[in-house]
Amino acid sequence: MNKILKKLELAPGIKLFEVDVPEVAAKALPGHFVIVRNSDRGERIPLTIADTDKSRGVITLIFQEVGKSTLELGLFREGDNLPCVVGPLGKPSEIEKFGTVVCIGGGVGVAPIFPIIKGLKAAGNRVLSIIGARNKELLILENEVRMYSDETYVTTDDGSYGTKGFVCDQLGSLLTNETNIDRVVAIGPSIMMKAVAEMTRPYKIPTIVSLNSIMVDGTGMCGACRVEVGGETKFTCVDGPEFDGHLVDFEMLMKRLSMYSSQEKKALDDYKGKI
Amino acid sequence: MGKLNLNRTAMPKQDPRERVLNCNEVALGYTQEQAIMEAERCIQCKKPLCIEGCPVEIDIPAFIKLIAEGDFQGSIRKMKEKNVLPAICGRVCPQEEQCEKVCILEKKGAPIAIGRLERFIADWEAAQGAIEIPPSKPSTGRKVAVVGSGPAGLTVASDLVQLGHKVTMFEALHEPGGVLIYGIPEFRLPKAIVKREVEYVQKLGVELKLNAVIGKIATVDELLEEYDAVFIGTGAGLPWFMGIPGENLNGVYSANEYLTRANLMKAYRFPEFDTPIIKGNRVATIGGGNVAMDSARTALRLGAKESMVIYRRSRQEMPAREEEIENAEEEGVVFNFLTNPVAYHGDEQNWLREMECIRMELGEPDASGRRRPVPIEGSNYRTSIDVVVVAIGNSPNPLIPQTTPGLECSKWGNIKADEGTGKTSQRGVFAGGDIVTGAATVILAMGAGRKAANAIDEYLRTGIW
Ligand SMILES: Cc1cc2nc3c(=O)[nH]c(=O)nc-3n(C[C@H](O)[C@H](O)[C@H](O)COP(=O)(O)OP(=O)(O)OC[C@H]3O[C@@H](n4cnc5c(N)ncnc54)[C@H](O)[C@@H]3O)c2cc1C
Ligand SMILES: Cc1cc2nc3c(=O)[nH]c(=O)nc-3n(C[C@H](O)[C@H](O)[C@H](O)COP(=O)(O)OP(=O)(O)OC[C@H]3O[C@@H](n4cnc5c(N)ncnc54)[C@H](O)[C@@H]3O)c2cc1C
Ligand code: SF4
Ligand code: SF4
Ligand code: FES
Repeated sequence: MNKILKKLELAPGIKLFEVDVPEVAAKALPGHFVIVRNSDRGERIPLTIADTDKSRGVITLIFQEVGKSTLELGLFREGDNLPCVVGPLGKPSEIEKFGTVVCIGGGVGVAPIFPIIKGLKAAGNRVLSIIGARNKELLILENEVRMYSDETYVTTDDGSYGTKGFVCDQLGSLLTNETNIDRVVAIGPSIMMKAVAEMTRPYKIPTIVSLNSIMVDGTGMCGACRVEVGGETKFTCVDGPEFDGHLVDFEMLMKRLSMYSSQEKKALDDYKGKI
Repeated sequence: MGKLNLNRTAMPKQDPRERVLNCNEVALGYTQEQAIMEAERCIQCKKPLCIEGCPVEIDIPAFIKLIAEGDFQGSIRKMKEKNVLPAICGRVCPQEEQCEKVCILEKKGAPIAIGRLERFIADWEAAQGAIEIPPSKPSTGRKVAVVGSGPAGLTVASDLVQLGHKVTMFEALHEPGGVLIYGIPEFRLPKAIVKREVEYVQKLGVELKLNAVIGKIATVDELLEEYDAVFIGTGAGLPWFMGIPGENLNGVYSANEYLTRANLMKAYRFPEFDTPIIKGNRVATIGGGNVAMDSARTALRLGAKESMVIYRRSRQEMPAREEEIENAEEEGVVFNFLTNPVAYHGDEQNWLREMECIRMELGEPDASGRRRPVPIEGSNYRTSIDVVVVAIGNSPNPLIPQTTPGLECSKWGNIKADEGTGKTSQRGVFAGGDIVTGAATVILAMGAGRKAANAIDEYLRTGIW
C-alpha cells in the first residue's frame, strides 16, 4: 500500500513521487490534496495532488524540502511504502469553460497549478500560463506546462532563464496587452498570490488563489487551518483550499504561517544534527 | 450480606503536585481487596434500579456479585455481554449522573462505585494477558460498512460481527477511537487502553480501514453498492468560536486542535514527535464542560505556570463532571466564574497578548432552565495571556451530510435518525452518536450504537425497512 513507484529530483530540494494509491487516484480532481505522514511520530503533511493517472491508480506528489518533515519525506526511496496517505481532501478547483484563463505558478506552486492548467485546457479554455522560479535550476514542470498551455511565459528572479523578473511582472504586461482575460488562477508563495490579487483587482478579473495554511487533521475537525476571507473565518481544508484572492486576508495568513517558526527551526536543527 | 455498609471505598489517585508534572493517569484504580470490599457493599436489589440508569443496560448486580465472590473471569464475561468497552466506560462515564445516581444506596449518600468496579474488572482482564474472544454466530453473508471508529462505531461493529455479519469500519484519522484517542487526554484515559479495546473489536473479526475518509474515497451511496447496510458514527466537526475580535490571533486555539495536537499527535513530546504546540505561561480556557477541564489540565502538563478557566455562569451550572472539576482544582487550575471574553488583543505579528473579559451576573432562567448570564456593563478588564483555548463546542462533522443528498439533516447539520433504531431518511443507512445528538457522552454513543446494531441485524435478516 502507498508504494512509491517512482522518485525524481526535479530541482535541488524539490522531489517528485509517484505513489500507488488507487482509492485516492480514482476520486482525485484538480485542486485536491492529500495528507501524508512519514512515521508514527510524524506530523500530518498536506500536499497537493500534482497529477493523477487513474488507469494505473497512481498520484503524483511534488514537494519542496523546507523543514524537518519534508526533508525526512525526501529520504524515502523508490519501492518504499509511505505509512499514510489520506485523501483526496479539500474542494476541487472550479473547472469550466471560462474563456481565457491566466494560470500562474511560482516556485513549487507550479506543481499544484499544473493539474488545473490541464483541467482548464481540457474544458476548452484558452490557457495562458506564467511560471517562475528564483533561477533556472529551480524551475519545474516547464515542458508539462507548455504541453497543455496555449501560451507559456517563464520568468526567473535572476534572469538565468526566460524573462528576468517576477511572475507578476509578466502578468502586468498580459493585463495591459490582452483585452479579455476572464479569470486568473495563482498558486505560489503567499506574497506572490497577494501581489497577483492586487494587480487584478482594478480590472475586476475573478482571481483564484490556493491557500497553504497550517493544518492538522485536514478533514474539518480541528480548526487549525482557519483563514479570513471577506472578513469571515473559513477553514481551508473543507471550505478551500481555493478562495477568491480579492477577499483573502493575506497578512493574517502569512503571520499565522509563522506561528511555529521557532519550533520548526529547532526540529530542523535537531534533525540535521542526526542525519 | 449483613449490615448496610455506607463507606464508599476510595480510589487511590496520584498526588496533585506530582501528577501535573507527568501525563500518566491520575486515578490509579482499585486493588483486588478494595474491589471486593466495594463489591460486597452492593445489596443485590431484587429490582435493581442501577441497570435502568445505564444506557447499555449492563447487568450491574450480576457482575458486581461475581467480583465479590472473587470470580473475576466470570465477572468480565458478564460485563462484555453488554459492554465491549468497560475499561473506557469505567473511566469516563458520568456515573454520578447515570447508574450511580439511581443506585438505591445513593439515597444514603453512598452509591456503589459501579464505574470503578467496571474499570477494575476490565483492567484485571488486561493484566491477565489472554483476552477471551467470545464465539460469533455463523456467517450470514451480509456486509455492513461502519463509518467512524468512535464509541458508537466500535459498538455497532462489535455487535454486528458477533451476530455473524461481515463488518468493515472506516476511519478518517490514522488511529482508531474517535474522541477517545484524539480528545480525552492520556492522564484521564491512557491511550494504551483505547488501543487494547480497539484490538479486541478487531479480534472479534471487524476489519478496520484507517486513513479512509468516507465522502472522499467513496460516498455513502457508493458504499451501499457494496454493503447491505451503512452505519454513520462520524461525531464532531468544526469547532465553534464566539465570533469576537482576535480569535484568529496566533496562540488562540480551538479545544479540538489543542487536544488533537497534544493527544493524537503527541505534541507534549515535541521534538521527539514532529507536531509542535504553543505552550505559554499563562493559559486561559473558555468554557465549563469536560472538554474545558481537559484543556486546562493539559495546559498545566505542558508547563503553564497559570491555567485558568473562564466560564460565563457559576460553578453550579458547569456541565463538567464533578470529579473532573475537583481534579482540576486540586491541580491548581484557577476558575473565573461569571466572566466572559469579549475580545483578544494581539501585536503587530498577530500574536495574542491580552484577553479582554467582562463580568456577568445571572438573570432569568433561559430555555435550558439555567439562569441566563448577563454582562455587567462597564466591567471590562484586560489581562495578559499567552494561549487561549476555546472550548465552547463543535458543529457536527459535515463530510457525510455534504456528500449524501438523500440524507435528511437538522438545520445545524445533525443527521436525523430514529431514536430507537438509528434509521435515517435513507434506506439501509443508520446513524448514531454525536453526529445525531450533538456533543453527548461515550456511553450514549455506545447506547445508540447498540440500538442501531439490533435494528441493522433485523433489517439484514428481514429486508424490511
Ligand atoms: C493544502 C496544502 C497543499 C500543499 N501542497 C504542497 C505541495 O504540493 N508541495 C509542497 O512542497 N508543499 C505543499 N504544501 C506545504 C507543505 O505542507 C509544507 O511545506 C510542509 O507541511 C512543511 O513541513 P516541514 O516540517 O517540512 O517544514 P516546517 O519547518 O514545519 O515548516 C516550513 C513551512 O511550512 C509551513 N507548515 C508547517 N507545518 C505545516 C502544516 N502542518 N501544514 C501546512 N503548512 C505547514 C509553515 O508555515 C512553515 O513556514 C501544501 C500545504 C497545504 C496546506
Ligand atoms: C475533550 C473531550 C472530553 C470528553 N470527555 C468525556 C467524558 O469524560 N465522558 C463522556 O462520557 N464523554 C466525554 N466526551 C464526549 C464523548 O467523547 C463523545 O460524546 C463520544 O466520543 C461520541 O462518540 P461518537 O462515536 O459519536 O463519535 P467520535 O468519538 O467523535 O468518533 C467519530 C469518528 O469518526 C471519524 N470520522 C469522521 N468523519 C469521517 C468520515 N467521513 N469517514 C471516516 N471516518 C470519519 C472521526 O475521525 C472519529 O474518529 C468528551 C469529548 C471531548 C472532545
Ligand atoms: S457503562 Fe457507564 S452507565 Fe453503564 S454501568 Fe458502566 S459506568 Fe454505569
Ligand atoms: S441499585 Fe445499587 S445496591 Fe442495588 S443492585 Fe444496583 S448497584 Fe447494587
Ligand atoms: S486542518 Fe483541521 S479543520 Fe482544517
